[in-house]
Formats: sequence, structure tokens, C-alpha cells
Amino acid sequence: MSARPRSAALESFRSNPISLFGLALVAFCVLAAIFAPWVTPYPTHVGPIGDFAAINAAPSAKHWFGTDTIGRDIFTRVIFGYRLSLTMAVLVLAISVPIGVVLGLVAGYVGGWVEYVIMRLTDVFLAIPPLVLAMSIMGFLPPTLTNAMLAVTAMWWPWYTRLVYNVVRAEAREGYVLAAEVVGASVPHILFREILPNCVPPVLTKITLDIGFVVLMVASLSFLGLGVQPPTPDLGSMVADGAKYMPDAWWLTIFPALSIMVLVLGFNLLGDGLREAFDAEV
Amino acid sequence: MPKLLLTFLRRVGTSLIVLFGVSILIFGIARIMPGDPARIALGPNATQQQVEALREARHLNDPIHEQYFYFVRELLHGDLGVSLYTKRPVTTDVAQFLPSSLELVFASGLLMVVLGIPLGLLTARYQGRWPDHAGRLMSVIAVCTPAFVWGVILQLLFAYFVPIFPIEGQLSSAMKPPPTVTGFLTVDSILAGNMPTLANALYHLVLPALALALAAIGQTARLTRSSMIEIYRKPYVEMSRAYGFSERKIATRYAFRPALIPTLTVLGLDFAALLANAFLVERVFGWPGLSRYGVEVILRKDLDAIVGTVLIIAALFLICNLIVDLLVSIINPRIRLAEKRAGS
Amino acid sequence: MAEESVLTISDLSLTFGKGRAASQVLNSISLHVKRGEKVALVGESGSGKSVTARLAMGLLQSNKTTISGHIDVAGLDATQGGAAIAAARGRRVTMIFQDPTSALNPVFRVGRIFREVQRTGDESLTPAEMDRRSAEALKAVSIPDPARCLQSYPFQLSGGMNQRVLIAMALINDPSLLIADEPGTALDVTVQAQTLALMHDLTQRKGTAVLFISHNLGVVREFADRVYVIYRGRIVEHATTAQLFSDPRHPYTRALLQAVPKIVKTGLPELPETSPSFLDPLIVHPGCGEPGTVPA
Repeated sequence: MSARPRSAALESFRSNPISLFGLALVAFCVLAAIFAPWVTPYPTHVGPIGDFAAINAAPSAKHWFGTDTIGRDIFTRVIFGYRLSLTMAVLVLAISVPIGVVLGLVAGYVGGWVEYVIMRLTDVFLAIPPLVLAMSIMGFLPPTLTNAMLAVTAMWWPWYTRLVYNVVRAEAREGYVLAAEVVGASVPHILFREILPNCVPPVLTKITLDIGFVVLMVASLSFLGLGVQPPTPDLGSMVADGAKYMPDAWWLTIFPALSIMVLVLGFNLLGDGLREAFDAEV
Repeated sequence: MPKLLLTFLRRVGTSLIVLFGVSILIFGIARIMPGDPARIALGPNATQQQVEALREARHLNDPIHEQYFYFVRELLHGDLGVSLYTKRPVTTDVAQFLPSSLELVFASGLLMVVLGIPLGLLTARYQGRWPDHAGRLMSVIAVCTPAFVWGVILQLLFAYFVPIFPIEGQLSSAMKPPPTVTGFLTVDSILAGNMPTLANALYHLVLPALALALAAIGQTARLTRSSMIEIYRKPYVEMSRAYGFSERKIATRYAFRPALIPTLTVLGLDFAALLANAFLVERVFGWPGLSRYGVEVILRKDLDAIVGTVLIIAALFLICNLIVDLLVSIINPRIRLAEKRAGS
Repeated sequence: MAEESVLTISDLSLTFGKGRAASQVLNSISLHVKRGEKVALVGESGSGKSVTARLAMGLLQSNKTTISGHIDVAGLDATQGGAAIAAARGRRVTMIFQDPTSALNPVFRVGRIFREVQRTGDESLTPAEMDRRSAEALKAVSIPDPARCLQSYPFQLSGGMNQRVLIAMALINDPSLLIADEPGTALDVTVQAQTLALMHDLTQRKGTAVLFISHNLGVVREFADRVYVIYRGRIVEHATTAQLFSDPRHPYTRALLQAVPKIVKTGLPELPETSPSFLDPLIVHPGCGEPGTVPA
């Protein structure tokens, strides 16, 4: 993998309208999530109490996405859902990425039985479909927010181990690593100063793509009733709950569903743009 | 081809090691998690004696490595334990629910290949022109949308608003299911020679299969496109043009075959991911597959059933990857003939 | 005059891209190759020689290129690419490449590629006939065990073997023009020399015209009748091989010639590009000159 110089990457990213669109979507969702209490029309609808005068109202100027069975504004709840999903995604990746990266570095550079153990362990985790693994972990834990997060974290690190491992394997043959070895640089120096910088573009790109996919995974878990519990506004459970009132109160389901799509799409377009800009294999 | 066979056997060996690891992992999670599994299984109303009896019967009082030993011994006898929820052997339960799930997964896998690959070829061929842009946009939207979201959207549009397809289920209630042979309704209908049932089953299959397949179709198209574009830059494609091969032949054979090698590997992973996503789609369409059973046993903390279900899914996942490996080594002569050289 | 030329390029200019991003790659070049003749186009990388070859094959024309002038290949107008030249590729005009191994599709057996090449020439041949012809063609390029070679994948053969395979493929449909783009530069020097000698003998026997694209004047001296020197998208000197080596007139040609001993071992040396005399007008030696024009 050859990484392009940063300025060229930036130039390539800027000239791609699709990536910029992705960036705009992400910026919109993230800002809305951060400032949710101030930008949403009915911030009190986050809890179990809604507006009983307006139950199951169809979308209107007053309630853009309509209201739910107890009169809560769905637009408000979607934005708070973003807040929750994004927080979880950031936490999941903040834990799993460092673990995965370090294991990948060690496995790729040290080799021998260390490599064998780490990579077979990675294989074991990757042999179970992520959703199924997360589901089964949830099976043994009470269905709470923290546990859902832990379950997703537990299955996310191996992807980074494999990614970094492949980069290290490719880089270890490069001249500059050999040069560092010849002049007697220490192993941590070679790992963190010489090789790690080369892992940054692919890892960053994968993180961007993964924020979307973690959101998707968490939503899937709560759609199955194994994640976030009511009344916390969560996109997946909103879709699941709303589905009971199809087709009459279609807005209960469709708006949260489309909101997931928009959020994941934003991160995906952004991630694709970065991948092309950095010319990185993910 | 003994070399190919040898390679394949080695892969089978690795897969078995991985499966062994999966069994330790799942077993470990099940035992390390807080709470007494026997108490959870029997509920708060059971007496202490009942709980103790169950603990004894399930070897729960023994050290954990001995518990694992019993578990593996039973596993090797094809025994995954008894579900505390259905009171039946886990293998019986899985055998009952799995075929419906697999039928859905196979239908989606078929859609993934027959729609995804041509879409990828088309977008690669017209790279940078409007079919490419349109195709890529469709693909990325498909990939970014969870299967259950596709499920509810398709259901709303084509079952409720425009009632072309049934809302849920695997067969109309007026239909009598064919005698069970394979467990696949469509196949059993064909075996029974019952065409109306077959038509009805296929009719029920359309929306769930499509909802499940859409993300995979998008992913396949993207992959096919990017590997085709990479191959189009190779000197041997220029050679094909310089020697007068037609563009169609290049797109469908001389560039396609090498492009298929990287695509196929990921395609296998995508196909396996369908197994997991089927859980979500089955939920939406009330499909009587493994999903309902799986979620039910998870919510009821039904230890043996959870471990058994996960193990079977992991095994299917590994088998799927094995088949893909085999296919890749068949179309890639470098692996088939030079495995020894690339050894490590 | 024009009938005896298998390739006539006149006044050809090529621009990549449009508007501000446009860059001119070829600047009004003219050259011709007569039936059975060996002509070399010599220049350093980036001089436009490979681009010229691909234009002549109709392989480069796209909506990103702007082309003026005229290209005539075996009586076909190839200026803007298109179906006519596409149909002639592989039959009347073929090409061999720098790196023979990467020019052969790695997932198909040599025999299979051979068949496909022959199909573009003659649809009516049966597979058995094609295989027999392939084996003969391989024998003609001194491959010891043709049957085994046909059963092999390109990565199982050496670079030199693959180069022979490509030469055999290029000539199996009896084309009137072979464009050799730095043939075998990726191979080691002795193997390159062997395969070039082989190509030379075979094209000599079959009467195939060759446009030989190279940066290596040493190689050109042995295999070409006539030489065009190309520098930054312009033809700067045109002479018979003997004339060029005995009396190089353009300063760029002289610089190239001075570098010859080094070329054989280490590739092309850095040439000083600052000398204004490098942009001297085209020098045509006596007796050369393009068909239809008055010799200088």
C-alpha cells in the first residue's frame, strides 16, 4: 500500500462532490446530535411523557415526522436517537480500535507463536457473524445500553487487528524498516514510530466507515429488542415499535428507518472519499 | 488434482481449529457471565432443591474445564443439550427452524450474484459516465441501509400501500404445506409436484429475499466494479485489445475471470453475513426461521440453546468460507498450482 | 506511394484533457513504415513514442483526447480509433510489449489465449486446428516443447519464454505490421537480445513490417533500417540507421548517442534538457523524407 502525500489526498478529496456531500450529511447529523436539546422542537419528549393532545399525528408543519402513540414528536426523538447512536459508536471505537491496532502491530511485527495465537483468536471472532456474536453476548447480560456497547466492542476489534496486521506485513519488507533495524532501533521505536504512521490512513478511513456500521449494528440489536430499552430514544427500537402500527401510522417506522439510512450513508460517502483520497486499502 | 485436495484439507483443518476456538469462546462467555444459569433457567419461583438438581445434572458444580470437557463430549455425539424453553433437544429445534432461514438466505444469495455482478460489470464498463454514477449511487444507498429498514420500506410500499405481495409469512394459510423432505418449502413443493404451493411459496419469498439481498447486491456491485476497474488497467487487458478481442469478451471473460478472484473472497463473507441479517428480516416478515427461536432463547437465557445456535451458525459460516476458498483456488491457477511456493 | 506503406502518420498532434488542464503530447509528427520495413522510433520515456504506438493501434482514442492529423494503418483510417481499426487489430496489426509476463492473462493457459488470438483472425478454425497452428508457431520461435507450453500458465514460464510466446501470438495471423513497444525491456539483457534476434529473423522471413519503439540506440542499430528520433512530442531527426550513426546531426541525437554505452547496462541517462538547440527543427537525411513530400 502506498499512501499519497497529504496535500494530494486533500486535493483529491476536495474535488469529489460525492465525498463533500457525505461530509455535509455527517456534519449535519453530528451537529444536530450535539446540540439536540437546543435545536429540537420538543426536547422534553425524550422521556416517557408526550403530548396527549396530539397522539399519532401525521407529519405536519408542527411535527415534521409526526408523533407517536403517546404524542411524542418523532423528529425530536430521532435527533436524540442520533445523539445516542453516535455516542455509542464513538465509545465502541474508542475502546476497540486501540486494542485491535496494538494486537495487529504486535502480531505482524513480532511473528512466531505470538502471531499465531493473535491471528487465530482473530479468526475465531471473525468466524461468528458480528450480529450473532453481539446477540449471544447480550443473551447472557441484562439488556442495557452499556452491555449493548460492550457486546459490540467485543466483536469489533478483530477487524482492526487484521487490517493493521496486513499493513505491517507489507511494510516490514520495506527499506526504511530494514534500515531502522540495521541501525539498531528498538522494537517499540520501529513499531510505533516507523510502522504505525503508515497504518494511519487506512485505520482512519475504516473508522469513518465503521461509525456508520456501528450505528447500524446497535440499531439492529435494539430492533431485535436486545439493546436500548424504552423510554430512551433509539432508532432501532423506534422502527421495531412503529412496525406494529403499519400501515396506518407509517411515519412511526419510516422516519426513524430513513434517519438511520441518512446517517450511515453520510459516514459511508465520507469514508469512501477518504479511501479514494488516501488510496488506502480497507 | 492431489495438490488442490491437500490445500483443501489443510483449510478444513484450520476451520476445525477455528470452530474449536469458537466453542471455547461461546462456552466461556456463557459460563463467565454473571448469574446462576440454573436459577435463570428455572425462574425465581423454583425451589433451591430444584436449582441444585439442575446444577448437578448439567455439571455446573464441576470446575469449568471439566464442564467444557462434558460439553465437547456431548458435542461430538451430536448432542447440543436440551433447550429449557422448548424442552426439546437443541438439535431438533435447529433442524426445524434452520431450513426456512436457509431458504431465505439462498434466495438472497442468488439475487446477490445475479443482480450484483452484472451491475458491477455495467458500472465498471461505463466508468465515469451516467450508468456508473446511477449504479454507484444505488449501490451505496443499498449498502448503508440495514436489512430491517429495507424490510419495513418494502413491506410498506409493496404489501400495504400497493398490495402486490403478501405482508408476512412463508405460505398463505389456505395452502397446505407439502410433506417435509428437505425443509425448504420451495424444494418440497417441487418434489411433491405441487405447483400452486411452489408459486405461493415463491410469492411469499420475494420481499424478504429482496430486503435481505439489497445490501449484499450493493456490496457485490461495488466490489465487482472496483476489481474490474483495477483489472482494466492491467497490461494483459491492453494486450487483449491489441490482439483484437471484443470488448464484450473482455468484460465477460478475459477481465472478468481475474477480477472475480478478489471479489469472490469478499462475496463469501457477504453471503455468510446474510445468515446473520436474516435474523432481522425474519422479524419484519414474520418468517418462521431461526430468528424467532434465537431471539426467544436469548431473552429467556436458555444457555444450551444459545450456545448450540451460535455454534451451528459459526459452522455454517466456516463451511461457506471453505466453499469460497475452494472456488477461488479453482479459478486462480496460481493458488492451485503454486501453493507450495507461496507456502507461508 | 501510399500503397506500399503499411503505416502512414502525417501531421499528427495529440492533446490530453481539455481547457486549462490540456497538455500537448504530440506535436505534428509524421512518419511512415513501408511493407516489410523495420523502422525505429527512438526517444526517452515521456517523449511520446508509446503514445504514438497506441494511437496507431486505435487504443488510446477516447473522449479525453483531441487528435488532429491523419493515421493510416494498412489502408484503414485509424485517426479517431473506432470499429474499422478495432477489427484490424490482431489480424493486420499487432503489438508486443515491454513486460511479456504481465501482458499475458495469468488465469488462462497459453493455449487458450492462442486460440482466442486466432479466432480474431479466422472464425472457421476448429480448436484442434488452432492448437496445431499454435504449436507450429511456438516451434518457429524455438520453444522446445510446444505442447507443454500450451498447457502452461504464463506464470509457470520464464520471461524469455513468455516473450517468445507473445512473438508467436503476434505473428500467427500474419499481420502486415507489428508494433513492438520497447520489447522485452523488462527482461535481462541477454534474454532480450536473444528474443529480439528471433523476432527480427521471423519478421524478416514473413515480410512483416515492424515499428520498433525503443530508448535503446544500441538495440536499434542492430534491428532497424530507418530511425526516427522523437523528443518531447516532436520528430527531430529522420535518417537511415547507417546515416544516423555515422552522421548524427541533431544535438539531442548526439546526446543520446553519447549515452549509448551506458544505455546497455543501466537504461537511459539523465539528459540535460536546458540546451535550447534541442528544439532545433526536424533534420531529414538525404533519401529519407515522408512519402509525397519533397526530400530536404
